Amino acid sequence: MSDTLVPFDEAITRYDPVMGLEVHVELNTATKMFCGCPTEFGAEPNTQTCPVCLALPGALPVVNAKAVESAIRIGLALNCQIAEYCRFARKNYFYPDMPKNFQTSQYDEPIAFDGWTDVEVTDDDGTSQTFRIEIERAHMEEDTGKSLHVGGSTGRIHGADYSLVDYNRAGIPLIEIVTRTIEVPAHKAPAVARAYVNHLRDLIGGLGVSDVRMDQGSLRADVNLSLKPKGSDQLGTRSETKNVNSFRSVERAVRYEVSRHAAILDAGEKVVQETRHFHESDGSTSSGREKSDADDYRYFPEPDLAPVSPSREWVEQLRATLPEPPAQRRARLQTEWGFSDLDMRDTIGAGALDLVAATIEAGASPQSARKWWLGELARRANEDGVDLDALAITPAQVAGIQALIDAGRINDKLARQVFDGVIAGEGTPKEVVTARGLEVVSDDGALGAAVDQAIADDPDAAQKIRDGKHQAVGALIGSVMKQMRGQADAGRVRELILERLT
Amino acid sequence: MSELTRLTADQAAQAIAAGQTSSVELTRALLDRIDAVDGAVNAFLHVDTDGALAAAEAADAQRAAGDATYLTGVPIAVKDVFTTIGQPTTCGSRILEGWLPPYDATVVAKLRAAGLPILGKTNMDEFAMGSSTEHSAYGPTRNPWDLARIPGGSGGGSAAAVAAFEAPLALGTDTGGSIRQPGALTGTVGVKPTYGGVSRYGLVAMASSLDQAGPVTRTVLDAALLHEVIGGHDPLDSTSIDAPVPAVVAAARRADVKGLRIGLVRELQGEGCESAVQARFDEAVQLLTEAGAEVVEVSCPSFVHGIAAYYLVMPSEASSNLARFDAMRYGLRVAPEGVNDPSAEQVMAATRDAGFGDEVKRRIILGTYALSSGYYDAYYGSAQKVRTLIARDFAAAFDQVDLLVSPTSPVTAWPLGEKSDDPLAMYLADVATIPANLAGVPGLSLPIGLAPVANGASGAADALPVGMQFLAPATADDRLYNAAAALEALLEDRWGGPLLDRAPTLEGAAR
Repeated sequence: MSDTLVPFDEAITRYDPVMGLEVHVELNTATKMFCGCPTEFGAEPNTQTCPVCLALPGALPVVNAKAVESAIRIGLALNCQIAEYCRFARKNYFYPDMPKNFQTSQYDEPIAFDGWTDVEVTDDDGTSQTFRIEIERAHMEEDTGKSLHVGGSTGRIHGADYSLVDYNRAGIPLIEIVTRTIEVPAHKAPAVARAYVNHLRDLIGGLGVSDVRMDQGSLRADVNLSLKPKGSDQLGTRSETKNVNSFRSVERAVRYEVSRHAAILDAGEKVVQETRHFHESDGSTSSGREKSDADDYRYFPEPDLAPVSPSREWVEQLRATLPEPPAQRRARLQTEWGFSDLDMRDTIGAGALDLVAATIEAGASPQSARKWWLGELARRANEDGVDLDALAITPAQVAGIQALIDAGRINDKLARQVFDGVIAGEGTPKEVVTARGLEVVSDDGALGAAVDQAIADDPDAAQKIRDGKHQAVGALIGSVMKQMRGQADAGRVRELILERLT
Repeated sequence: MSELTRLTADQAAQAIAAGQTSSVELTRALLDRIDAVDGAVNAFLHVDTDGALAAAEAADAQRAAGDATYLTGVPIAVKDVFTTIGQPTTCGSRILEGWLPPYDATVVAKLRAAGLPILGKTNMDEFAMGSSTEHSAYGPTRNPWDLARIPGGSGGGSAAAVAAFEAPLALGTDTGGSIRQPGALTGTVGVKPTYGGVSRYGLVAMASSLDQAGPVTRTVLDAALLHEVIGGHDPLDSTSIDAPVPAVVAAARRADVKGLRIGLVRELQGEGCESAVQARFDEAVQLLTEAGAEVVEVSCPSFVHGIAAYYLVMPSEASSNLARFDAMRYGLRVAPEGVNDPSAEQVMAATRDAGFGDEVKRRIILGTYALSSGYYDAYYGSAQKVRTLIARDFAAAFDQVDLLVSPTSPVTAWPLGEKSDDPLAMYLADVATIPANLAGVPGLSLPIGLAPVANGASGAADALPVGMQFLAPATADDRLYNAAAALEALLEDRWGGPLLDRAPTLEGAAR
């Protein structure tokens, strides 16, 4: 069943989108939220379970202190207030992948609340604009198990022959981050939504508390969207598009829902309040479960857990150890490195910021670090179809190669062969230079013979130099290089030529 | 009946330690007793003959190796609400019929570590919901004083097992009186420790904020000895108190009420109390006074709202705690009739319909309703406020006195079936015991005598046990043991022996 759609650009001439984003972040604690089971991704189904996370009769939860710490750090990074006292709550509903048939979550007492974060959205022309996203709350909860519906065509529960449940994921700690409503200029809405999720990835990744991998589900976004007619204050009915699992999909989901809602409203019909599933293949959404205000989770404070009351001293300790916020760090690095806006944008766009920073830290100059990562190495990554950070070379090795260039032991051209060797696992840059015999020759004896040969081979060029036309020296240097298979110290060669001819 | 079965846990421990008997001999005697009388009493849902004897052998070896605790070798019965490796745990419900837990409750692990052979699992109202043990899916337990009567509940199995000399010790749980009320109705000692004093890990939850495990015994000292074995902090239970167990054994041995200030709770006596129960209570108070206690009347005005609050909090928590019984991972699984390819949801519904009894369903429905949006504040919210008020009443009372006392139950054991069709009447049996659970304070029920059976009542007995409840401030469990042991000694002097000496021997009891 395909939806009627109004093109996005047309839809936003008549309606303004109102968005809310709910992002689930899976923490990378060693153990689950309420038991000691390991959390490692990808284990055999149902091997990381115990009486607690299987909800065997009699089992009781115990809060993972590390998860509380991570939650507080996320809250602080989002400029939230941290509760002095908060409780867990039970969210009651029946579902086979939820062992207790209630989710232990937080309800009206989140650990973090009333925050904000600034998100930068860069246009194609390189100009950027900052939007402040207000954070309503960030709360702790546990993940459910994973259902696998077997048979049928859709992979969904309807039409499946049977279902399997893997409880390895049940009880993995999650932080749910909920924004207040986001209202930005309509044409910016999809980009802002994407940039926000991307920003959370950087921010939370920087804290080291989560793998923040959308492809592995450790960062998941739900997009809530409604439309209101331009100039109206009347909020529309919202849809909740679940588990949109790439940054690009966040943007597409917003665009699609704007188009779909607009068509419904144009036809004078009502938007149904429901969850929607996003389809990666064509960027569409389809109806999931109808939601209504009658959905009643019968929340009540979890009696099996003691309240969490983080001391102010602890919160301040955690605040003091927060890493620099990504935007601030980018601004600082740009200044320190002397990069132009364009240099910086390209570096970030290539996913090379951290690599360049580490290379500079290892001793390379900012320009040389950028040159290698965005040039030679980006080309190789592109050829191999992998991310830059997946290349088998470290920032320290790149800095090492640059140091050899700076010391005059190799040149840029030889450096490419050193990259080959390092990536092929032949050893450190120095070892590769030695093993492959790549060091430039600056020994006057060897070079002198080659220079004499070059002069003899090209008397015209030699004469021009004698006549004071020094630009002709390039031809002779090229000739020497050829003889030396590129391994000559070009500067010394030039000196030797000029010594002989002037 | 072997004289060994008549020994208290303390006497048995001493006899074993002195080499006068062995754990194996004692365990065999108790298993024989169970074999002889439990067909009539139905205190046990499961008897672990092999396991108990193996544990007894190990206990004797432990003794021989000089590696014994005080109670090593003394057998115990465990309420079927605790998980036990190697024995089923059913909670008296069809929905868990035959379920073999893969893990031991913390208290069970402590019993094993201390070398107490576990005789078996005792009968109970389904998921501990009831005051008569008639709500067990496996048939009611009968009161050893009169087999036509109920033993109280929910822990009727544990109380009856101890009263019938099938076990010197038993483990119970008390959510609204399930240890103390059966104690009163069977002439046994039952203690609900301070909330958090004993681990709940592996105790299948009815109402998490109210449930508490505790001892069921024939003497106050035995209860204290068992309390010290099972008590203490458990890192697996977030609500357990991180403090040493109160010195309850020393308190039970001290047994001195001289100078103790004891408060009679005005709201828990008089009206609604059977006159013979009130009479035994008044006599016991008189004994305490004569022994040097200073007895005053105190008022706890919010206690009258206890039952109402309890019947909101308990079902609310129970409705959520029992949600896990859904046929997906363990326990009963029932396919709905006449449905091809039933969905998981339909299987859940059919299983819960077939697996839960009426009382459990009643409480799940009550709790689901009380937590519903729009009703939450009026019901669950108000009930929590009542809990606060009751806790304040206790605090104010304990400013004036060291201990509070009341009749444990306003009535003695009633005939089987009498209140089965009247849940509200059944709920009222717990009026005196509920406030302690709502406030988390400890309580103890001590047998204080027999009340004559009213004319026209069915059954064989002409008199039935009455219990007195002692209540103390949180973490002051030792005060209960001190005062109760003192009164116990005074009463036994007067009676010329333990009250249970007057109970029927059940020899040749009809199966």
